[in-house]
Amino acid sequence: MAKPKDVTDAEFEQEVLKADLPVLVDFWAPWCGPCRMVAPIVEELAQEYDGKVKFVKVNTDDNVDTAVRYGIRSIPTLLVFKGGEPVAQVIGFRPKSELKKVLEKALS
Amino acid sequence: MALEYDIVIVGGGPAGLAAGLYAARARRRTALLEKGVIGGQISLTETIENYPGIESIGGFDLAQAMLRQAESYGLETHYLEAKSLEQADGKWLVRTDEKDFLAKAVIITAGADYNRLGVPGEERLTGRGVSYCATCDAAFFKDEEVAVVGGGDAAMDEGLFTARYASKVYVIHRRDQLRASRILQERAFANPKMHFIWNTVVTEVLGEEAVEGLRLRNVVSGEESVLPVKAVFIFIGHHPNTDWLKGLVPMDNGGHIVVNEWMETGLPGLFAAGDVRKNAARQVVSSAGDGATAAIAADRYISEHFRE
Repeated sequence: MAKPKDVTDAEFEQEVLKADLPVLVDFWAPWCGPCRMVAPIVEELAQEYDGKVKFVKVNTDDNVDTAVRYGIRSIPTLLVFKGGEPVAQVIGFRPKSELKKVLEKALS
Repeated sequence: MALEYDIVIVGGGPAGLAAGLYAARARRRTALLEKGVIGGQISLTETIENYPGIESIGGFDLAQAMLRQAESYGLETHYLEAKSLEQADGKWLVRTDEKDFLAKAVIITAGADYNRLGVPGEERLTGRGVSYCATCDAAFFKDEEVAVVGGGDAAMDEGLFTARYASKVYVIHRRDQLRASRILQERAFANPKMHFIWNTVVTEVLGEEAVEGLRLRNVVSGEESVLPVKAVFIFIGHHPNTDWLKGLVPMDNGGHIVVNEWMETGLPGLFAAGDVRKNAARQVVSSAGDGATAAIAADRYISEHFRE
């Protein structure tokens, strides 16, 4: 079962930047209401794209360095990484259909 | 093939959720369509402390509780955006990108969306210091100086929340007094981190990769200035989400749907409740009341016009 994995600052390079697959990173925090709406959608996408895209979560409260490095100033923010570089960004809550479009575009 | 329901509710804020609760308890097969986050505006509200009987609750949590309650009676929720509405043989057809819905009655509870300033830099720097949700983003500006634009309840509420993190919060308001409720004004004036800039509008958001400041103009003296801040939180009112209904339903000049005291639009089987309607008080409790009224009226309409 593919479930988004929690990734820390220390693990980010290995888990995201050096990953073989494209990676969707969900930047979130426990106090952010809309983040709690995004989480189940990201979990569904993780099932649907199992084997094609890797899904991880970064808690911005505990992992400030990564959030700062990628200029995260608003959550939820989703970043898609390919070959260690961010290639797509979604700021704020978006319906699943829109997130799928972003993923499809990043995969093509 | 369209999905068939007795009642379709468009919008999942307090009005829609209350309508869903009442419609489901009336044993009407009811669908609620939500394009974004359940709760609408309140899902972004830090605390609600004026919903009778509940002393204090997070807006997101209140919305989730309303949803659970309505779904426990059989409300069906679809995360889809209504794109059009048309009459079809005495019923109503609601179209979305994925599915169509056919209903005996439709309740529009599409709510309102926040206004943007409409100044250079605003769109480009959204998510990079320009924010419409302090509860989402304020924590990223710990010990920084930030600005809040607006003079209503939302501006004060969010400004006070922002002040928990920021070192200084400038409140920029185009008039010389606030429109916010007295209790929020008192709290805002008493907070040593809040500084008020009166009679002033934002003319540009400055910054390359992130917000670095605001260009301001005093509307009385015409004087221009630059205020260095790392973030700007914008709360300058809302507009009803009724563009998709233009030409179908009678509206006022602001795009609010005109209804009578039973939330009837004048078109058979079509109701509107909450912030989309004319003369709404725009409170959680009044929206919920509107939604309940609309559902009762819709239930009665179906009994009178359809053989059961």
